[in-house]
Amino acid sequence: MRYWTLTEEDIDRIAIGCGILGTGGGGSTYHGSLRAKALLREGRRIRMVRPADMAADARILGIGGIGAPTVGIEKIAEGGEGVRLLKAVEQHLGRKVDALLGDEVGGGNGIAPMLTAAMADLPVVDADGMGRAFPEVQMTSFFIHGQEVKPAALADADGNVLIVTEATSPKMLEKLLRAGTIAMGCTALMTTAPMTGDFVRRFGIPHTTSQAWTLGNAVLEARAAKADPVEAILKTSGGIRLMHGKVTDIGRRVMAGFTRGRLTVAGLDADQGRVLKVDIQNEYLIAREGETALTMVPDLICIVDSETGRAIGTEELRYGLRIDILSVPAPVLLRSEIALASVGPRAFGYDFDFVPTGISADAPAVPHYQEAG
Amino acid sequence: MLRIGVDVGGTNTDAALLRGTEVLATVKSSTTADVTSGVGAAIRAVLEAAGEPAAAVDGVMIGTTHFLNAVVEGRHLEKVGTLRLCGSATRSLPPMIDWPDRLRGIVDGGAALVGGGVNYDGSEIAPLDAGAIHAACRDWQARGVGSVAICSVFALVDPRMENEAAEIVAAEMPGASISLSHRVGRTGLLPRENATILNASLHRLGRETVDAFRAAFAALGLRCPLYLTQNDGTLMTADFAERYPVFTMASGPTNSMRGAAFLTGLTDAAVIDIGGTTTDVGMLVGGFPRTRSEGATIGGVLTNFRVPDVYSFGLGGGSIVRPGDGLTIGPDSVGFRLPEKALCFGGDTLTATDIAVAAGLVDLGDRSRLSQVPPDLARAALAQMKASIETVLDRMKPSADPIPAILVGGGSVLVEGLLEGTSASLKPDHFGSANAIGAAIAQVSGEVDSVVSLEGTSREKALEGVVAEARARAMEAGADEASITLAEVEETPLAYLPGNAIRIAAKVIGELRA
Repeated sequence: MRYWTLTEEDIDRIAIGCGILGTGGGGSTYHGSLRAKALLREGRRIRMVRPADMAADARILGIGGIGAPTVGIEKIAEGGEGVRLLKAVEQHLGRKVDALLGDEVGGGNGIAPMLTAAMADLPVVDADGMGRAFPEVQMTSFFIHGQEVKPAALADADGNVLIVTEATSPKMLEKLLRAGTIAMGCTALMTTAPMTGDFVRRFGIPHTTSQAWTLGNAVLEARAAKADPVEAILKTSGGIRLMHGKVTDIGRRVMAGFTRGRLTVAGLDADQGRVLKVDIQNEYLIAREGETALTMVPDLICIVDSETGRAIGTEELRYGLRIDILSVPAPVLLRSEIALASVGPRAFGYDFDFVPTGISADAPAVPHYQEAG
Repeated sequence: MLRIGVDVGGTNTDAALLRGTEVLATVKSSTTADVTSGVGAAIRAVLEAAGEPAAAVDGVMIGTTHFLNAVVEGRHLEKVGTLRLCGSATRSLPPMIDWPDRLRGIVDGGAALVGGGVNYDGSEIAPLDAGAIHAACRDWQARGVGSVAICSVFALVDPRMENEAAEIVAAEMPGASISLSHRVGRTGLLPRENATILNASLHRLGRETVDAFRAAFAALGLRCPLYLTQNDGTLMTADFAERYPVFTMASGPTNSMRGAAFLTGLTDAAVIDIGGTTTDVGMLVGGFPRTRSEGATIGGVLTNFRVPDVYSFGLGGGSIVRPGDGLTIGPDSVGFRLPEKALCFGGDTLTATDIAVAAGLVDLGDRSRLSQVPPDLARAALAQMKASIETVLDRMKPSADPIPAILVGGGSVLVEGLLEGTSASLKPDHFGSANAIGAAIAQVSGEVDSVVSLEGTSREKALEGVVAEARARAMEAGADEASITLAEVEETPLAYLPGNAIRIAAKVIGELRA
């Protein structure tokens, strides 16, 4: 088996990349990377494995946080939630889980599976179901392609574990998990139903942890060389810069449980005189100039600090912030007709069809994978 | 009301004497290693300059970087015992996990994670574990730890457990200093806990510093109250400052900007503060500095203090000028050695100040020493300095529309005429002492940042409750009740969950009680 065994330096790079792929949402990577590094210092290991290297009948469990980031920064995880989930699911299945993965690479959830993996000494598959962040549980390439809804589970810091043994649809599963999360104090760790190695190979978005590492590495190298980190992100992401500018207005309100809003950005320097508006539903969804949509979901709209390349989340947006708005093509799996029904503009309440920006290409694995026991 | 404002910087200690809104005198003197004697000298000088007796002064307001320097240098800090009230939650990230090793080594006196804390809706995570607190106190006492930081999960939703825990600690460890997180920070456990621990580590220094100021005041014949200025440009009483020294961390830039607003009467403007080594550009919005979205990192420790959004770059009166094809000005500076290094003072280094003297913008030193500075060079250097300020100004402005700019600080003499992108470029009287004047005119504030569940209450009621708490804090800090007005309310809905909880941050501001 070929593994990529993560170091603390790798965690820093992955965290920066997950922030960028978070498209404004997904929560902060700060806690996850602190915890991951603490686990490594305790002598535990985090091993990544490529989806192509997984056995066809391997059992893979998707793990990630659910809830309000504002609550999560206050009622921090206990640390054993993932192990309790794993035990509950294994008991329910009557068999062991072979590897973990993240359903969502964007934001803090890009690191979440690594924490449980370190404690249970399981490998993490270098793939996810979003290639970015999305607001709802069912918005993954896995559910789009028929992942089972059961068993799914939730665990909290206090010791509660909830197993969902049946749901009538992935959308219903989202509702049940959301309700459970509220009962648990608005922050919890969740798993979706175990998948086979074969299923993850076919329907997982490949090498998104590698992609996050590559992005983070580019940013850190650019900063060290006093070069432009935004250019570095563009070079490694295959994306384009929609505009360089500063935030001039941010409107936010809560509708049906989700933060919606609109961001207005005025162009600076070469973009002087231009104005872009970005629609927000927890993540950045649509970027418009006048009446023209420049980039729309599921293509990624990433907003980064112009000076540092640090990803700017929707909750951090403030008047006067100097940012670059980037457009990165969505992974191949999210642009199919069947995927667009779940994650295209119409799934978010818009009455127009998806128009792609740029050409999709799956990210390559980092060259760090090595033969090991 | 006769007030003295003092701003202690790295190089200079500025003092200003004001009667009401009239500036009677300003002075600049050197900052001293012990801070207090420099402050005393500045106060004596400003009183002499105005011919006022010390006994007539109604209040002294001091802005100081003393506590910030203590943290940055890791000196004069106490060991702190940290008590986190959390039940089983939060244990994945123990206290001080994100501190630089060196500072942790100096400050960490041992942490106890015990039963307690509440959820976002106020429900208990676990009952307060008094037995575990007793045990922790005995351990700290045995090891000579005399300062305790207490941080409860969602303390801003319900602070009662922190107060209860403080009573237990006070009973078990008589004489210990106790810092409570709900009085120090905002939502976000780690940064709030960090700020609380920093505050606890500064307790002894806070007491000593305030005592030293009091002794110096007595020697000067001052019989008025002493105040310190906080990060947001408002005041705290000396008693309060002893308990919350951490609030003084970023008061320097704030005082300059508040002083600029006062001197011009403008509430919305760019403030360009040109010192000896650096230029700070910030924005006044509604009379107060626009703040940064991220919390301040102090000595490598992440906190969630709001600090002014200031862009600093290497241009000042002491900036070294290198003529030639690629004319450069700064970023290196002769700094506080300007009076010996600059050509106009008989030194050997061509500085930005020499350029200003050669161009006739200011009369300093001996102009005849600058005969070797050709007029072309002076013109080019002045244009370059102006252009570099204009570039930064453009980055900081909220829009392309022209706005007024206020030039303050001793280095303001380097700039002449209207800056591009501004509707007016003002250099008010006393521009060199805007920081001390900002301290002298400071008001008093109260601030609360809380997550509120809307179950069984309305948004309006929740808002009222938060504002009432902010008013109570302002009054505790010395505000005159009738003068208190609401300065800021920020409501943030909690993303990813149905809208039954919101985060409300409110700040009120009032005049100092006479």
